[in-house]
Amino acid sequence: MTEFTALSRRGALRLGAAVLTIAAAPKVWAQAAAPAAPTGPFSLPKRSYEANALEPHIDAQTMDIHYNRHHAAYVAALNNAAKDNGVIAKASLADLLADLGQLPDNLRTVVRNNGGGHANHSMFWEVMGPGAGGAPGGDLAAAITRDLGGFDKFKADFEAAGLRVFGSGWVFVTVDRGGRLAVLPRPNQDSPLMEKQLVLFGNDVWEHAYYLKYQNRRADYLKSWWNVVDWSKIGARYAAAKAGTLAI
Amino acid sequence: MSFTLPDLPYAHDALQPFMSKETLEYHHDKHHLAYVNNGNNAIKGTEFEGKSLEEIVKGSYGKNPAVFNNAGQHYNHLHFWKWMKPNGGGKIPGALEKAIVDAFGSVDKFKEDFVAAGVGQFGSGWAWLEVKGGKLAVSKTPNGESPLVNGATPILGVDVWEHSYYIDYRNRRPDYLKAFLESLVNWEYVAELYDAAKA
Ligand SMILES: [Fe+2]
Ligand SMILES: [Fe+2]
Repeated sequence: MTEFTALSRRGALRLGAAVLTIAAAPKVWAQAAAPAAPTGPFSLPKRSYEANALEPHIDAQTMDIHYNRHHAAYVAALNNAAKDNGVIAKASLADLLADLGQLPDNLRTVVRNNGGGHANHSMFWEVMGPGAGGAPGGDLAAAITRDLGGFDKFKADFEAAGLRVFGSGWVFVTVDRGGRLAVLPRPNQDSPLMEKQLVLFGNDVWEHAYYLKYQNRRADYLKSWWNVVDWSKIGARYAAAKAGTLAI
Repeated sequence: MSFTLPDLPYAHDALQPFMSKETLEYHHDKHHLAYVNNGNNAIKGTEFEGKSLEEIVKGSYGKNPAVFNNAGQHYNHLHFWKWMKPNGGGKIPGALEKAIVDAFGSVDKFKEDFVAAGVGQFGSGWAWLEVKGGKLAVSKTPNGESPLVNGATPILGVDVWEHSYYIDYRNRRPDYLKAFLESLVNWEYVAELYDAAKA
């Protein structure tokens, strides 16, 4: 954040010039076909399980393309933006997303879409796992009862919110420093981090997340997804949020 | 007048291998049908009941998302099926080709711009060839929007929601867009809409 506020007028102009290069080369999807090794500060996070580990709820092919093509494309585009731009290269992803307003217009859109995509997918892989499902415990379960009307009501509301996203987007659960929870749908790769809110977890409702297995049946995907949600990981994120150490 | 799902103007397998039978079964029989049904439900008891589809699309934009999203997508998909045909692509009818060359410099440049618009539409949406103020232009819109809501008339559009290409092309949206232009476009229908928009 300090890097943004310290931006000189000249620095801002240089940012603007970098944007033109990016905007003139709409190659994000083309890069997706062959993701190169990371050539910048951002990289695909390691997944702690194999692509087939979430079968049958999420198929291996979807996991493979989603991680190695879609997520990799967001990382590549973000690194491309960082190439000629000191601010993007040095700031943390969370700080970048929290301060999109400080960036010039075209660069803002590149970081919003691809930085958002990088943060959202990094969280997504983290909160899923094999042999998961079940129900949360401890103070997270208590917070769900207190803020979201109990686990069953919360699941129904979360699924309904995911169904209502028209087009591409996500449905998130946000958490504040006091541990309060809320369900928040967002379009495309927008993240609650862009509104200075913390993300406890969320589900991807872009069609690429479910089309090979569920096609038009997003409701079935949303229901099935609970089987791969790792509540111990989310419990750890909840504790980190309250401790002030949760980033993306 | 409530919305109804039109039949495809060709068999479900007629656009293979560029667009599969499976894709059209989901896209036309499920997705488009859902827009029709949800649109009819959303319109019930509103000021839009009994209006023409174009009036509903323009009138609900920015005012009633449930009506707009479904009416917009009904309008877009009605034309989308007709914008394609078996053995499509190929020669553009003379007058339209001349107009495209006048507007973009060449047919190739138009195709390049059209593909770039489709690739550049982040998330769900459409890429268009439109007539605005008597002139041809390429544009893109998110979700269920179309040139209609921007004071223009669409004469060609391609669906870049992932459901339109994910079964056949996975994440490779540029490949889908190239196949659409080279092998699927029904240029006679585009020319018909162009003539009507100019008149
Ligand atoms: Fe995704
Ligand atoms: Fe569609």
